Amino acid sequence: MSEMNEKLVFDRPKAVIDRPTHYCPGCHHGVAHRLVGELLEELGVFEDTILVSSIGCSVFLYNYLNVDAVEAPHGRAPAVATGVKAARKDNFVFAYQGDGDLASIGMAEILHAANRGEKISVVFVNNTVYGMTGGQMAPTTLIGQRTTTCPSGRCLEHEGAPIRMTEIIAGLGGTAFAARGSLDNVKNIRQAKKYMRKAFECQTQNKGFGFVELLSACPTNWKMTPVQANERIQTEMIPYFPLGVYKDTDEGGAC
Amino acid sequence: MSRIAVQEDRCKGCMLCSTVCPVQIIVQSERFNQSGYKVAEVPAEDMEKCTGCTSCALICPDLAIRVYRTPKKKKGDE
Repeated sequence: MSEMNEKLVFDRPKAVIDRPTHYCPGCHHGVAHRLVGELLEELGVFEDTILVSSIGCSVFLYNYLNVDAVEAPHGRAPAVATGVKAARKDNFVFAYQGDGDLASIGMAEILHAANRGEKISVVFVNNTVYGMTGGQMAPTTLIGQRTTTCPSGRCLEHEGAPIRMTEIIAGLGGTAFAARGSLDNVKNIRQAKKYMRKAFECQTQNKGFGFVELLSACPTNWKMTPVQANERIQTEMIPYFPLGVYKDTDEGGAC
Repeated sequence: MSRIAVQEDRCKGCMLCSTVCPVQIIVQSERFNQSGYKVAEVPAEDMEKCTGCTSCALICPDLAIRVYRTPKKKKGDE
C-alpha cells in the first residue's frame, strides 16, 4: 500500500534533456545545468529563453538544455548575448561561460557588457583551469596550483595573482547583481540557486546585468578523485574566493 | 518509506552522493555499467533507512538519482 502513496520528490527538470553528458565523473557542470534548468522553469521563461553558449567544456550546452541557443566565438558570449537581446527584447537571454573563456580571452566583453548594464544574465563556472584543452593555467588558477603550463605551480611573481571576477564585476556601474556561490555541498548548492534566481530576476524585472560565479571542481585536471576535488573547493578555493553577494542594487550597493 | 532509484546507465561512479548522505547508506557497487563506471547503489537491507532528504540527488552531477518519498501517516489513520 505504501507504494500507492509514494511521491516522486526529485526528478530532472524538463529543461534539461534526458541524455548522458560528456563531462568527467564528478564535474560540477551537471549541477550547474540542473540549477539553470530548474530556474528557467520556475521563473516561467523556459519557452522564451535564448542561450548563448561559450567555448570550453560547456560548449555542448545546447545539447543538454532544451532551449534555443547561439554558439559564440571564444570569450564573446556576452557580446553575442548583447546582440541577441537587442534583437529579441522579449526573450530571456543568458550566457554560460567557464573561467578560461570569461576571465581571459573574454575579459573585455564581460566587463563592457556589465558596464553598459545590458539586460542579460551570465553564469560563470570557475574551476581554476582550462578544462577542455587539458588543464592549462587559467587567470583564476590558484597560487601554487600545478597545471600543464605551470608544472611547478603558479608563481605570483611570474604569472600574477588569480583574478577574482565577481569583485571586478561588482565594481562596475551597470551591474545589478553579482554574487559568488559554490557547488561543493548541498547547503552551498541551495544558496547558489538563490543567487542564480536573483541574477535571472534582474533580467526578468528589467533591472540590469546579473552575474553569478559558481566555484566548481575539475577532478580530471586537478588530478584528484571526485571526492578529493570536491573537498579542495572548501579547503583551497573558498578561502581565496569568498562566497557571498558582492553587489545587489535592491539592497543599496556593494556588500 | 523513502527510497532512491539510481539510473545506472547515467551514474559515473563519482560517489559525491555518498559524501552528502546523512545516513551513509550509499556505497559503490562492484557492478560496471555500459560506460565502465562502478555505479552507486543502496544495499537492499539499508534502503529503509533512507530519509528522502534529496541531498544525493541535489549533488549528483549526472542527474542519475530519483528520490521517492512516502508521506508519513497521520496519527489515527488506519
